[in-house]
Amino acid sequence: MDYETVIGLEVHAQLLTASKMFCSCPNQFGDKPNTNICPVCTGQPGVLPVTNKKAVELAIKTALALNCTVEPSSVFARKHYFYPDLPKNLQISQYELPLATKGHLEIEVDGVKRKIGITRVHLEEDAGKLVHQGAARIMGADSSLVDYNRTGTPLMEIVSEPDLRSPREAAVYTETLANLLRYLAVTDAKMEEGSLRCDANISLRPKGEAKFGTKTEVKNINSFRAIEKALLAEEKRHEEVLSEGGKITQETRFFDDVTETTTGMRGKEYAHDYRYFPEPDLVPVEPPRTWVAEIKATIGELPWQRKARFVGLSVAGEAAQLLVNDKPLADFLDAAVKLGAKAPTVANWLIGDITAYCKENKKELAGLNFPPAELAELLTLIEKGTLSNKIAKEVLFTALQTGKPVKEIVAASGMTQISDEGELLKIAQEVVKSNPKQVEQYKGGKEAVMMFLVGQMMKATKGRANPEAATRLLKQALG
Amino acid sequence: MHTKTAHELHELLVNKKISSVELTTALYDRIAGTDDKIKGYVTLTRDEALKQAQAADERLTTGANPTPLTGIPIAIKDNFCTRGIKTTCSSKMLENYLPPYDATVVTKLKEAGAVILGKTNMDEFAMGSSCENSAFFPTRNPWNRECVPGGSSGGSAAVVAARSAVMATGSDTGGSIRQPAAFCGVVGLKPTYGRVSRYGLVAFASSLDQIGPLTKDVTDTALMLNVIAGHDDRDATSIEHPVPDYRSALKNDVKKVRVGLIRELLGSGIEPTVKAAVKGAADQLAALGAEIVEVSLPSFEHAIATYYLIAPAEASSNLARYDGVKFGHRSQEHRDLISMYYNTRREGFGAEVKRRIMLGTYALSAGYYDAFYLKALKVRTLIKRDFDQAFERCDLLASPTTPTVAFKLGAKSADPVAMYLSDIATIPVNLAGLPALSLPCGNSSGLPIGLQLIGPAFAEELILRVAYTYEQNTAWHQTSAVI
Repeated sequence: MDYETVIGLEVHAQLLTASKMFCSCPNQFGDKPNTNICPVCTGQPGVLPVTNKKAVELAIKTALALNCTVEPSSVFARKHYFYPDLPKNLQISQYELPLATKGHLEIEVDGVKRKIGITRVHLEEDAGKLVHQGAARIMGADSSLVDYNRTGTPLMEIVSEPDLRSPREAAVYTETLANLLRYLAVTDAKMEEGSLRCDANISLRPKGEAKFGTKTEVKNINSFRAIEKALLAEEKRHEEVLSEGGKITQETRFFDDVTETTTGMRGKEYAHDYRYFPEPDLVPVEPPRTWVAEIKATIGELPWQRKARFVGLSVAGEAAQLLVNDKPLADFLDAAVKLGAKAPTVANWLIGDITAYCKENKKELAGLNFPPAELAELLTLIEKGTLSNKIAKEVLFTALQTGKPVKEIVAASGMTQISDEGELLKIAQEVVKSNPKQVEQYKGGKEAVMMFLVGQMMKATKGRANPEAATRLLKQALG
Repeated sequence: MHTKTAHELHELLVNKKISSVELTTALYDRIAGTDDKIKGYVTLTRDEALKQAQAADERLTTGANPTPLTGIPIAIKDNFCTRGIKTTCSSKMLENYLPPYDATVVTKLKEAGAVILGKTNMDEFAMGSSCENSAFFPTRNPWNRECVPGGSSGGSAAVVAARSAVMATGSDTGGSIRQPAAFCGVVGLKPTYGRVSRYGLVAFASSLDQIGPLTKDVTDTALMLNVIAGHDDRDATSIEHPVPDYRSALKNDVKKVRVGLIRELLGSGIEPTVKAAVKGAADQLAALGAEIVEVSLPSFEHAIATYYLIAPAEASSNLARYDGVKFGHRSQEHRDLISMYYNTRREGFGAEVKRRIMLGTYALSAGYYDAFYLKALKVRTLIKRDFDQAFERCDLLASPTTPTVAFKLGAKSADPVAMYLSDIATIPVNLAGLPALSLPCGNSSGLPIGLQLIGPAFAEELILRVAYTYEQNTAWHQTSAVI
């Protein structure tokens, strides 16, 4: 039987606020354990939460970019479960009445565009971090230590409708969403560091069937690459169970990045009744319309708008998408274009040699001393005929490696093109003389041989000949 | 000295007739003479208190803005967080807990220059009506030591009644200020929900808890309310409503004030002597010019059931943090995380707390939430509506604070429902978030009777005025327990 895969995603993003969700502790990482804590985020008796307005603002900004309705009144709720990384043994989240609902995000997979529904956007607080000794999990550990620095970090949860139809779509959706969040500057969206997390609900149903199959929830997906892998593994497992006439058990499963399989958790140990009820220590979030309008005005150019603009600058669609997906690259292009460079050329260099160099050397463009002005300079030298393309590439790599200015590299290396035509003509004559066989072929009408002869000129000049001039002078030498 | 009110002592302090150090020392002498019998205090903070008294004396001498509470020795209920001073909630769970911060109300009282004598006994985590649920010892009623002082702020009410504190703070979730005030013959006010910051009050039921004063007379209540009322950025449920000078509301005038007697609280189940005293008080108010009418609040009969779903539900959530991980008691008997949780909570909590955690957990559980918690919220709305309708007809409501006078120790401790019923007159007020005050209005076989005055939200001034007028025209506040 043919099956259709149905996937819905829950994405959690840590918000880039200065302080935590419900107290004034700094919201930052990498500090000594238990230094960014206070009575509130450690759940001391008697403390009360106070909502971080900036977190509400960032979530509203996201909701608007996702075409959601910002609810006139939303309510925080308590979600209960005992765990040592949760000081109050309850998480303040939103349940029945979230901050925003009913939006969508457009994704493009293999040239096909699809609108993926957004069920809701809501706010909650993050838990702390546990370190276990003697075992991987708390059960069986000799001892466990807890760091509450992360406790109370503002988290935004974005829940999609079950609109995704393949693991690949799920991966593209998450990347598109993460990119949007980076454009909105609401989170740094780094899955590997946990500032963006993704839980996936997946089910299979016979093709043509309207009713959903039984779903499982896949957790522990810790990288963008892992989304597709985890869902492919779970999709395959569902298919195997179903085609053998078996039934899927509704459960939460852990993805193992090494074995690329999912494993179930022991049901009872993790069976939770969260006993949600409205948080009595907080009043409903009721953002005034004028404030929502102000927030809307702060949304800058969104990725899809930028892509359209790039295409308008004659950048090919695929290239524009690649650039927009990597905000620093797109910013680089805009800056270089501003300095007079042509967008399609800049795009080619960025996607081609520059990206290749960065990947090979595991470096970020921002970390190299190569500002957009340097690329613009390089492109000008090519356009003026001072540098050949080939030489320009060498100059680029030197610039990327050393961080030296393009002008300086060119001046020091004498790599500019030979512009003395008398000198070039002499070399052309030499080439004609030493390749009689090819000359004969050319004269016999095989024009393609000219490429070989130009190549020989390049070899002789170590690439410093202008190919156009070389062709012209070769023709002259051939009589 | 110990018999005087805060406003009387203030006169003596500013006129240099006494010093705060002398006064504080006198109060500790009084405590030494009485507290063995009353057991109102859990912790005494003599060293800090004498330092605070010294600072108060300097402030009084230099004239650096002394307030009416500067140099006045007060007691703090032991569910208010006090930085570096044990805050136990009369529970084994927090027997050695030292808060890293002061409750907002404690900060405000310290800033006003009050001297903190110590922390008072209570029903564990404020759950109880007799102070017998303290994990340490029961407090006794100064009027009759075989009787309970009421609860949960029983320690605070008892030390004010025993004159071993000039005034005290309490917290009121279902009557925990007013009921012990009535039993101990003192004045107790539960302000409007949101009038006083709850930051630093160890939470029992967040949507019902409210802080208030326990004092010897109405004037002192107004003075303490002046200090503690107001919005607090740390408490999102505290309301930004202007704080008037409550003392200036104390006028000896009730002419044309319409007072509604609550019919449901003057029927069966109310002790005849209590009923008679409250009716007598109404007559007295009428004689002073008030109009007395009778009103009915039909939803009252559901108030206790409603309360015992909402309060335990919130409590089960608020008390989840006591798990032995971060602070408080941790069981020595544990093999793993789950057994540490189980044993810590089994050893740390008393029977009543466990009962309410179980009740509340049940009420919030999947499949029961709608039938219990959600339904209780709906009835709560009905109770609020009953009050709203009553306040269309009258300015204030009056009732007995309690159906009986103080009962004997042990009389109700085996019967939780009988104990719960002793809060029948006070609980509806918390459900509606309204202000209410209890003041002495009679005596039955040597035990005080309390009159409850209930107002619309933020009508503390009117309540204080009517209470003050009644007090000025009667002598109940001048009687005190003999120890």
